[in-house]
Parts: sequence; structure tokens; C-alpha cells
Amino acid sequence: MELPPYATTGQRIWFYAFRVICGLILFFLIAPIMVVIPLSFNAENFFTFTPEMLALKAEGYSLKHYRDFLSNPDWQQALRNSVQIAPVATILSVTLGTLAAIGLSQPHVPFRRAIMAILISPMIVPLIISAAGMYFFYSRLGLQGTYLGVVLAHAVLGIPFVIITVTATLVGFDKSLTRAAANMGADPVTTFFRVQMPLILPGVISGGLFAFITSFDEVVVVLFVGSAGQKTLPWQMFTGLREQISPTILAVATILVVISIALLTTVEVLRRRSEKLRGMSPG
Amino acid sequence: MSDATDTGPVLAADGTPLKRSLARALRAQKMRALALIAPLLIFVLLTFIAPIADMLFRSVENQIVSETLPKTVVALKDWDAKTGEAPPEAVYAALAADLQVAVAAKEHTKVGIRLNYQKTGVSSLFRKSGRQVKKWDLAADAPFKEKFLDVDEDWADVELWQIIQTYSSKYTSGYFLNSVDMELGPDGIRPVDENLAIYNLLFKRTIFMSLAIMGSCVLLGYPIAFLLANLPLRTSNLLMILVLLPFWTSLLVRTSAWKVLLQQQGVINDILVWIGLVADNDRLVMINNQFGTIVAMTHILLPFMILPLYSVMKTIPPTYVRAAKSLGATNWTAFWRVYFPQSVPGIGAGCILVFILAIGYYITPELVGGTDGTFISNRIAYHISRSGNWGLGAALGTILLAAVLILYWVYDKIVGIDNVSLG
Repeated sequence: MELPPYATTGQRIWFYAFRVICGLILFFLIAPIMVVIPLSFNAENFFTFTPEMLALKAEGYSLKHYRDFLSNPDWQQALRNSVQIAPVATILSVTLGTLAAIGLSQPHVPFRRAIMAILISPMIVPLIISAAGMYFFYSRLGLQGTYLGVVLAHAVLGIPFVIITVTATLVGFDKSLTRAAANMGADPVTTFFRVQMPLILPGVISGGLFAFITSFDEVVVVLFVGSAGQKTLPWQMFTGLREQISPTILAVATILVVISIALLTTVEVLRRRSEKLRGMSPG
Repeated sequence: MSDATDTGPVLAADGTPLKRSLARALRAQKMRALALIAPLLIFVLLTFIAPIADMLFRSVENQIVSETLPKTVVALKDWDAKTGEAPPEAVYAALAADLQVAVAAKEHTKVGIRLNYQKTGVSSLFRKSGRQVKKWDLAADAPFKEKFLDVDEDWADVELWQIIQTYSSKYTSGYFLNSVDMELGPDGIRPVDENLAIYNLLFKRTIFMSLAIMGSCVLLGYPIAFLLANLPLRTSNLLMILVLLPFWTSLLVRTSAWKVLLQQQGVINDILVWIGLVADNDRLVMINNQFGTIVAMTHILLPFMILPLYSVMKTIPPTYVRAAKSLGATNWTAFWRVYFPQSVPGIGAGCILVFILAIGYYITPELVGGTDGTFISNRIAYHISRSGNWGLGAALGTILLAAVLILYWVYDKIVGIDNVSLG
């Protein structure tokens, strides 16, 4: 996409106009997220830039919303719950998901399509329907409003992501490596942990990150399956946004944006690494 | 290979055992694969598929009337609503017996609440009558018809008895009819009162707004995908981050950002006032309406349009457009006749994906939708968490689920679920 030297004036105008349009759309994509960051340092309880902030004066900025986040028992409880729920749900979905992905990538799997459809379904079904179904069903089992119930619900929501990323990694996996290991006397467990696992690890980790962020950001299902004792960060944000919106939400939002940037970077690095590994293996 | 060494000499001698041992090996392989999948499959079936099935079941289940008022239901069988007269004494006697049992078990209010969905006032009628019936002596206090009428005149209401009769079966299509603004009357299906009919409007609005969101995603996503697919890899990777960052950012962060931006005292209104486009006392209302929902959801779903479009555009060879141009096509003709048709599969995939995600959305419409920007999912949530009419919530959910599954089937035909890429 370069402007040829013989372009007419009209073509030149269109060329630059197109870039400007694209710039505006990218601005639309990124600006809302970026606007939250400076606003979270607002010294006032406003949701807009105060004159002091625009003049870049120091008194216009403060960390008081962050202090509130760190001292408010509601937010601290929510943070604790989020940190307790997401990792356990992730471990559950990664363990079961990786095993199943390895099973699914075998050459002969009966009912492969049907099984795949069932395993992917938590991603397809709208969250509100999953939440409604789980609410009815889990209350019958006495799991509604318990830590276990929320963990199980979040684990099952993360499973499709693990399955998709790990099966994608396994497509490039060279089967002769495990055969070679078996040939040299390694039992299946050793083969798995010493040969296969290190090679598919990037895929497993990025699947895990997807599962983690699914649970960490999830709000619809936890609203229904959880009770006040399982209030997570997104839940606290949701009630905060619905009832009285406090600027502490912006501080939390900024922290979450930083976490997503870190996760995005990790996933990108892993993807490149796994592509490189795949490029090295023959076939 | 190992099979050949295990049974080698025997198999080499004749063909059939080889076939059998190969079949056995294949079966072992299948069993091993299934054994690896089984734990997860059972897990998903128990924690996810069973709840969905339970919800589907609840949308037709209606056992409460026949379980709580068993004798009344039997007695009512012979009564014909068309006569326009209240049922005979036998029915009232059965009702008194049923209610005494139900009051002791504290079940009568539940029936009242259930029937209240069909006719307002029934709930309080049952509660009120329950308090009285408790004191009656079933053997001595007959006849009960007058006693019931003394408690409340409504017990002579033919319509009330019709409703009990209509909803006495164990399964009902009533919830589904309610979710399309119909109800079960004594003479069959009829539309509900106009001021109660909201679901058709809500379904139409959900579809209309999802289409609007889908359309604006195509309009905004196509140029970006085109740019990303045609820039040199280094630059496009950099710009790709701008698309992926919103994709990875928490949904609530993005929704709160829009809430902050679109408020009347928010950033956009401040800027407009500062420029002088809008007067300070006449700030734009951009939130808690359809506009706010469409803007915020377009922003949230835009990456889901850009990513499939980009992956399709990446595979279009640039030589085709160059060939068209060298044959004399203008830039526009080359794009419209050569490039665009090849990018249509990407548009299709992106549109279905965005549409599916949009019609089931709950959080964003709830927070920025106000009253006229809400979706069907908000109503489902309302019925489950607040009104307590679980059956209607389940029926609405079933309809939504069916719509989504049909769309996914189409998506699978066009793109294939296996090809879903995650950034």
C-alpha cells in the first residue's frame, strides 16, 4: 500500500483520507481505554478532566482512589475472592482440558465432532443462559452460593479456550517424537512429561491465560451462581456502576488494564515461541 | 509396530489373526483416546450441559398446580367453563381439603404466585383464603362454596377457575406462549392484553439493535482489516496491538469507560461544550438509551469483526488487484469487482460472530441501556433474580438459545468451529 509516483490528485486525497479514517477508527478503539487511566488519578470525585488536570498542575492529581481501593473492605474482599477463584478454576480447566485435547488429537476418535461440539458449547451459549441454567441446577444440588459452585462454573467456561489453543498446538506436534521416546524405553507418563509437555507448553500456558482471564473478568455467571460471599472484582465493579458510581472503579479499571497488557504481551511472546518451535520440527 | 513384534510369527502365517489384532489395536487406541477425553466430557456434561437441560425442562414444567391441589384438579375435570357458572360444591370441598394440606406444608402461597403470573390478584387471594381455611373443620363445616365466597367474592369468578383448569396439566406450553405475548385461554390460544405485551417488542428490539451493532462493526472493521492486511508486516503487527488490547481488556473496564465518556457531565459532553457545539445547559443525552448501547457494544465487539476479516484478507493474493489495474480497471473497480468479492467470506464470518455475541449480551445493555436500550437477556435476568417467574425466564432463554444454536450451525457450515482463532 504505497502511493505510486504517478497517482492523480484524487488518488492522493483518497490515500490520505483513508489513512485518516483508519486513524480515527483506531482512536475509537483505544481512546476509551486510555481515557480511564489519567482520570483515575483525579484529585476530585469527578468523571471528567478538571481544569487543574488540564493545566497539568500537581494538585489536580492524586492517588486517593487507589488508596480507597486498598483500604475499602468491600474492594479488598472482592479482590481476595477473585484471587481465590480464578487460579483454582484455571488449574481445573487446564488439567482436564489438556488431557482431553491430547485425546482429541489422536488419529481415531469415535464421535469426534459431537464431543468437540459439547466441549466448545460453554463458549457458544450466551452467558445469561448458562447463568440461568446453572442457577436452577446448582440450587437443586446446594451448590448455589458456594465457593465450589463458582469455581466449577468458571472452570467449565474456561474449557473451550484451553481445548482450542491446545489442539491448535498439537496440530503441529510431531508424533514420531513420542514414538521415538517409547522406542527408547520411556513409559507413557515419562514420555508425556519429558517429551510432549515441554513442546506443547506454550499452547497450554496461553490456554491457561485465556481460562484465567475468562474467570477473572467473568461477571454474569458469578452474579447468579455466587452469593455475597463470592463477590468478585467484576461483580463489585458491576454493582458500583449500576448503583452509585464511585471513581474508585476507575482506579480498579486502570489496574485491570495493566494486567491485560501484561497478559497480552505474554500470550504474544508465547505464540511467537510456539510458531518458532513448530517451524523447527519437521513435517 | 509393537503389535507386529508381539504376535509377529503367528500373524505372518495367516491373514485373519492379523486383521483381528489390528482391529484390537485400533480399538485400544480408540479406548485410550476416549479415556483421555472422558474426565472432561463428564465434567462438562455435569456442570454445564445438565444445567442447560434443566433450564429447557423448566420452560415446560408445571407440576405445582396438580401436586398442590390434586383433588381439586380431579374434581374440576367435569366442570365446563363455557356454561359461565361457578363450579359445583364438590369442587369447593376438594379445594378446602387440598388447601388445608397445602397450608400445613406452607405450599399454598407458591401455587398462588404461580397462578398470579396468569391473573393478578390470585396470589393474595390464596394467601387470604389460606388463613381462613386453616380453621375450618372438613367434616362439619360443609357446604364450602358459601364459606369460600364469604372469604372473597373472587372465588365465584369463572375466569379464576378456568385458569386453574387450564394450568392443571403437568406440562404446559404456557410459558412459551407468554414469551411471544400469547396466553392459554379457555378457548385456546389468544394474544395477551396490549399493555402487557412486551416480549415481541423486546425480541424485535434485540434483533434490530444487534443488526445495527453488526452493521457498524462492518463499517468500522472493514477499513481497519484492509489496512492491517495490506501494510508491511512490521507496521501491521504494531497496529494489531491496538486491536488486541481492547479484546483483552476486561468487559467491565470498557463499559465503565463508556459510562464515563458518555455521561452528561462526562468527557465527550465537556469537549463539545468547550468547542461550542453544544450549550452548557443543553448537554446531549448519550447514555441510558439505545445510542449508548450501540456505541459501547460496537466498541466491545469490533475486534471480533476485525480478526476474522483480517485472516481472510491476508489470504487474498495482491496480484489479482494488480492484474485488474493493469487491464485498465480504476482503483474503485479493481477493489469492488476483484478484491471485495474475495473478502465476503470474512464479512460473513465476522457478521455471524458479532451478531451471535450481540443478541445474548447482558452486562453492557444493563449498565448503559437504560429502559429502551435493554435486550431480551436483561428480561431473562429480571425473571430469574427478581420476579421469580423462572418458567417464563427459562422459556425466553430457550428461544434465545435456539436462535443462537441455529446461527452457530450456519457459522459452522461457513467457517467451521475448529477454525475459531483467538487473536
